[in-house]
Amino acid sequence: MHVSSLSLRDFRNYATADIEPGLGSVVLVGSNGQGKTNIVEAINFLATLGSHRTSIDSALIRQGSDAAIVRVNLAHDGRTILLEAQLNRNGANKAQVNHANAKLRDFPRYISTVIFAPEDLMLVRGEPSGRRKFMDDLIIQRTPRLAGVVSDYDRVLKQRNTLLKTARVKDIDSGNLGTLDIWDERLVALGTEITSERRRLLADLSGPLGEAYEAIAGSDHAVSIDLKPSIDAPESAAAYAEKFKNLLETGRVQEIERGMTLVGPHRDDVEFGLNNLPAKGYASHGETWSYALSLKLSAARLLRSESVLGDPILILDDVFAELDSARRERLAEAVADFEQTFITAAVAEDVPPQLMTQVFHVKKGTISYEIPAHD
Amino acid sequence: MYDGIVQELIDELGRLPGIGPKSAQRIAFHILQTESFDVSRLSSVLVEVREKVKFCEICGNVSEEVTCGICRDPRRDPTFICVVEEAKDVVAIERTREFRGLYHVLGGAISPIDGIGPDDLRIRQLMTRLADGTVMEVIIATDPNLEGEATATYLSRLLKTLEIKVSRLASGLPVGGDLEYADEVTLGRAFEGRRTVS
Ligand SMILES: Nc1ncnc2c1ncn2[C@@H]1O[C@H](COP(=O)(O)OP(=O)(O)OP(=O)(O)O)[C@@H](O)[C@H]1O
Ligand SMILES: [Mg+2]
Ligand SMILES: [Zn+2]
Repeated sequence: MHVSSLSLRDFRNYATADIEPGLGSVVLVGSNGQGKTNIVEAINFLATLGSHRTSIDSALIRQGSDAAIVRVNLAHDGRTILLEAQLNRNGANKAQVNHANAKLRDFPRYISTVIFAPEDLMLVRGEPSGRRKFMDDLIIQRTPRLAGVVSDYDRVLKQRNTLLKTARVKDIDSGNLGTLDIWDERLVALGTEITSERRRLLADLSGPLGEAYEAIAGSDHAVSIDLKPSIDAPESAAAYAEKFKNLLETGRVQEIERGMTLVGPHRDDVEFGLNNLPAKGYASHGETWSYALSLKLSAARLLRSESVLGDPILILDDVFAELDSARRERLAEAVADFEQTFITAAVAEDVPPQLMTQVFHVKKGTISYEIPAHD
Repeated sequence: MYDGIVQELIDELGRLPGIGPKSAQRIAFHILQTESFDVSRLSSVLVEVREKVKFCEICGNVSEEVTCGICRDPRRDPTFICVVEEAKDVVAIERTREFRGLYHVLGGAISPIDGIGPDDLRIRQLMTRLADGTVMEVIIATDPNLEGEATATYLSRLLKTLEIKVSRLASGLPVGGDLEYADEVTLGRAFEGRRTVS
């Protein structure tokens, strides 16, 4: 799929912005702080229902405004779909698909993106939460229905943790027909589904990851990707659910003491291996970059191979400036055959020239199209 | 910010559910500027509604008397009780004309985050109503979201000990939704297709 038009109202530093990007690479250039990332963030928001920079939706609404609107026409195979999202400072967000009211959480059915950004280094180096988000964003893109499962899990977790905290204070009689059992059942059912999907994802990603690493680093390395689950149980969903349930039962006293849920997919991690060592703590700076890019590239290739909507939209936010020339060239080659790739750069010279086919200049929240020079 | 009393009005309106600062401002200026707008009528209705309307002693529905119109209506079938979260759900179900029994309004759903546990809902009152053996079936019509489902599960387990059929509204209702917003046809069908849970 590709974005054939994008229109913003009161989004980040844009009062209004309207662009009509074409196929292939779309480069946004401009000095720091002018609004390049804001553009791609808007596109990415529709696919992931979040931002790669902030977890606070209201940061996306232009200062002084009550609502931001993102409107995107998506084209694939001669058909177009119009997605519109209105983010409200107060009250629920609104969404429309082809002018009919819809749920924002349904948007991943229509649009998928893969974003490459300097923050990706933290996928390899950072905390487990980033790796869990990487997995969950992907399982949702593969199976949009899971958006509801993932958000329900988080909500049940919150409900349950609150209950555990009050239980500590109020000393709920655990023999009583309490409500903890009810939340436990939901937690186990939702958590089991998430874990199965994460396992399936990592299994399917491992082949493409090896190929992507070779494409980016330019040479073959032993690359591995393994789930480090908080609940160590056999592969089958039934066995996992059984173990999860048992751990909640046996851990109840401790959980009430701590006031939190101590086991479950919210405590999983992933181990990325390189040359038979964990990448975290061992890989060099350059290797970490190659790894991060490969994770995203393999995700993009996996989504492409499964989607009925064509390629995911690629977003390369400030990536080229960070890479040496060999990696730049190889990354340019790897993204060249995707339907559409958005690239942001403060310095145009950082972007390999073969990608400079459509260039937009971004300055203080206004965008202008550079008429291509003919030679 | 506006001068004194105007800002006070905006602030008060903004405290109402579903009204943000912009809407509050728009309503405030409508009240100030629209000549045909009858301010004394609105203010007297507001005062009256607080004075007159109470909650039905039996079912918890809004009512101008000690018991509500539905509980007093001899044509209603007392062998069925439909359990809902809020009084507004009674209105939604009444619109479908599918249900001729009585209601029980819980006053919310189990939600630890909001500080609501079973003891904060009108569950004890429900058990009292069920004690005399008149009721043959309890239909649980809490919202089809996590909290509504948790409440339904809790109730169905509690009611299992009684010799009463317990059913849950059939799915087909939009999951994650609010009963109030389900359209009449969907809600009507959900009644027909309700399933027994104990
Ligand atoms: N909600 C908002 N309202 C108004 N302005 C905002 C809002 N959020 C961000 N901005 C402004 O947007 C600008 C940042 O835009 P953006 O991140 O797109 O920059 P950029 O062009 O990608 O810069 P860089 O090259 O440094 O990455 C900042 O000046 C910031 O103050
Ligand atoms: Mg940027
Ligand atoms: Zn009544």
